[in-house]
Amino acid sequence: MNNLSQNITSVIRKTALALLIATSVTGAAFAASKVEGAPEAEHVDWSWAGVFGTFDRAQLQRGYQVYKEVCASCHSMDLVKFRNLSDAGGPEFSEAAVKALAAEYEIEDGPDVEGEMFMRPRLPKDAMPAPFANNNAAKASNGGALPPDLSLIAKARGHYSFKDLFMGRDGLTGGSNYIYNLLVGYEDEVPEYITNADAHFELGDSNFNNFFDGYKIAMSQPLYEDSVTYTDGTVATLEQQSLDVTSFLIWAAEPKMEERKSIGIKVLLYLIILAGLMYAVKRRIWENIKH
Amino acid sequence: MSGHATYVPKSDAGKWLEKRLPIISLMHSAAVSMPNPRNLNYWWVFGGIAMFMLIVQIVTGIVLAMHYTPQADMAFNSVEHIMRDVNWGWLLRYTHANGASMFFIAVYIHILRGMYYGSYKAPREVLWLLGMLIYFLMMATGFMGYVLPWGQMSFWGATVITNFFEVVPFIGDDIRILLWGGFAVDNPTLNRFFSLHYLLPFVIVAVVVLHIWALHVPGSNNPLGVEAKTKQDTLSFHPYFTMKDLYGIVLFAIILFYFVFFNPNFMGHPDNYIPANPLVTPAHIVPEWYYLPFYAILRAIPDKAMGVAGMFGAILIMFVVPWLDTSKVRSAKFRPAYRIFFWIFVFNGLLLGYFGQVSTTDNFLGIDGITNLIVSRFSTFYYFAFFVVVLPLLGLIEKTKPLPNSISEAVLGEEGAAEEAADLAAVDAKA
Amino acid sequence: MADASKLDKPGRRDFLYIATGAFGALGVGIGVWPLIDQMNPDASVKALASIEVDISSVGEGESITVSWRGKPVFIRHRTAAEIQAAIDVPMSELKDPETDAQRAERPEWLIMVGVCTHLGCIPLGEAGEYDGWFCPCHNSAYDTAGRIRKGPAPLNMEIPAYEFLSDTKIKIG
Repeated sequence: MNNLSQNITSVIRKTALALLIATSVTGAAFAASKVEGAPEAEHVDWSWAGVFGTFDRAQLQRGYQVYKEVCASCHSMDLVKFRNLSDAGGPEFSEAAVKALAAEYEIEDGPDVEGEMFMRPRLPKDAMPAPFANNNAAKASNGGALPPDLSLIAKARGHYSFKDLFMGRDGLTGGSNYIYNLLVGYEDEVPEYITNADAHFELGDSNFNNFFDGYKIAMSQPLYEDSVTYTDGTVATLEQQSLDVTSFLIWAAEPKMEERKSIGIKVLLYLIILAGLMYAVKRRIWENIKH
Repeated sequence: MSGHATYVPKSDAGKWLEKRLPIISLMHSAAVSMPNPRNLNYWWVFGGIAMFMLIVQIVTGIVLAMHYTPQADMAFNSVEHIMRDVNWGWLLRYTHANGASMFFIAVYIHILRGMYYGSYKAPREVLWLLGMLIYFLMMATGFMGYVLPWGQMSFWGATVITNFFEVVPFIGDDIRILLWGGFAVDNPTLNRFFSLHYLLPFVIVAVVVLHIWALHVPGSNNPLGVEAKTKQDTLSFHPYFTMKDLYGIVLFAIILFYFVFFNPNFMGHPDNYIPANPLVTPAHIVPEWYYLPFYAILRAIPDKAMGVAGMFGAILIMFVVPWLDTSKVRSAKFRPAYRIFFWIFVFNGLLLGYFGQVSTTDNFLGIDGITNLIVSRFSTFYYFAFFVVVLPLLGLIEKTKPLPNSISEAVLGEEGAAEEAADLAAVDAKA
Repeated sequence: MADASKLDKPGRRDFLYIATGAFGALGVGIGVWPLIDQMNPDASVKALASIEVDISSVGEGESITVSWRGKPVFIRHRTAAEIQAAIDVPMSELKDPETDAQRAERPEWLIMVGVCTHLGCIPLGEAGEYDGWFCPCHNSAYDTAGRIRKGPAPLNMEIPAYEFLSDTKIKIG
């Protein structure tokens, strides 16, 4: 019996060791690809990260304003409907406010009884307006580069690391830190650490960004200080706007996050209690039985 | 050990049914009265866990299919419709996606347990073959399921995998076109993958029934690898093992739902949140993690045809393990040398998994001059050597430890076993 | 395997088993709910629950059919004769007694779900014995207020919730 449990412990120890090695190997590989002297990406302490994290409503509302006034001129957000803006766990605009926000844009509808298509104001059921009719039009207006749809960008740019395994870090933190750093990571001139590493570095038509893969990004710097004027009196620094719009994009990509986490806590608590009970039952049944 | 049906119907209705279709006594003997070795450890609960995961996948899959649209222009958005609009859709989809990974984890542990304790050896070869068939079907099902969201990884994964078939001599090109229903992965491919993804799990259920039947005949192996001979070697399946399995399932569910609720995208790939685009290939195509070791083998071999053959060979070789292993002793507990090779095999598998997702040209652990490719070739070599060299030869030369006479003797000691035998005899006499 | 110590405290043993069983059953019960609830109308369907219709182009004696929640809604601009015919019917003749005023908020506009209350077919307009609607499936006849007069259908055609946003615009649902 003793042998057996020792056996199990040693098996567990060995597996853990193997996993640990594999993990550190992965970590080392990721750390390897970085130019010397490059600035460190900032890890933001997001309000919505962690097991109990929730969105800051005011921040999401400000984030929508940034999206609407800045990002939306090039980027679509097809999967988000205006009605979502009043959903629980989101920016939680009032329904009347959402109706008004939607009505700011028109959409083609029809055909009517005469068979004609007509324009009408958007309703809460309609999607956010796209800036371009189609991908080709979007490319043509942006020097050949397609501004991606932003509905899922926070999840599509998420970089999952083993650290994300714990405390509900979600993988969303990876994507959000990337977006935040990208928004604040523009430089007017190519910094020295780049020219030191590669004297032939040519920017061409691109813009320099400290946190974009390869440093050359087609999108010009979208946000500056006071790009928007917040109605709630918040000072619109570059950092503040970047934080706000990033949180908004996280919500857009994962609108059910708050519901997911709050139900998750209950489910896990239930399962842990059930496991305790099952353990007691199993012990009772097996007591006095040598195995 | 097949004569342990102890179910006697009590009610008239029960008797009526028993005469016409003895299904209750069949289930009773499989899940209630079946004698199981008393010394099974917790590694044995993963069979039950795998079955639980299969049920979770089928149930969530059926409801997801009520909302999913298998059409190239709509598939991606229909998945997002599930995530955003359908009541509890996010929960159902995240459970299904993470459930697939957890199903594979359970099955991998289940397979490795069988390899450690020699569960595939006579008279359990058919049991092993059926198990490997389930594993193979799972790989096919999982692959086709991953294609359905029609994201970038879905599309390019499907493209890479279907291109394997080009290496088949003479008819490779025709097979590919047949699989695609066109000249590239497109709408017809998606449609047929959906159809098969719905079908295969039920085929798996059928093979699981056979797997349990094949388990039922010789009974479970056990950590000692000594056959259960007498009554005191075993305990009835219910309540001893049903409750132990349920306990294991609840613990496993905690891990599953941790991922579902708090880290639902960890095991997925970010690129799959980008809609499929046949004109742009992602920078790194990485399959789902459960295929990574085999993908590493594919990449380690420089020739295309050989690479594909090596990859499929790596799966197929597992089918013949019962005939490769020459050792008469089942459990690694009594095979000190095998134990070492086994753990190297496990570690090597993890390492291959690592190689499956990193760039082959990067340096291994940052060591100058040693690329991942070189090391992954050694890993590939060991993978095959374990089956074709270690298993056959080790059985012939290894000095094994002495086996106990019986399970009860090992568990209770000689005296205890005798005592319990007397007790059982007394109970029998009374009855 | 049976021994005396197990039989000492049956009460506590049973309690543990029953408590665990009940707690487990509770979880399974709650866990099944998402699997059922997913079949209920989803958020995108609910968002379409109300529609607005412009009725300015519907002349007297004309009808239009609009789609609401996947079902046809008849909007009929009734003639004075039709309205009078509907008012003149004594309640005692009706299988499902409702006055014309209960059926139409503004007498000239009859707005109802165009689904036969028998088995869900769509009745034909200005047809049948009572010059109202006639269902070809099983010969149910409705009068000019959409009330059932003859045939197997048990009830009058359903009046949806609606309101006049203006004289020419109604909101259904």
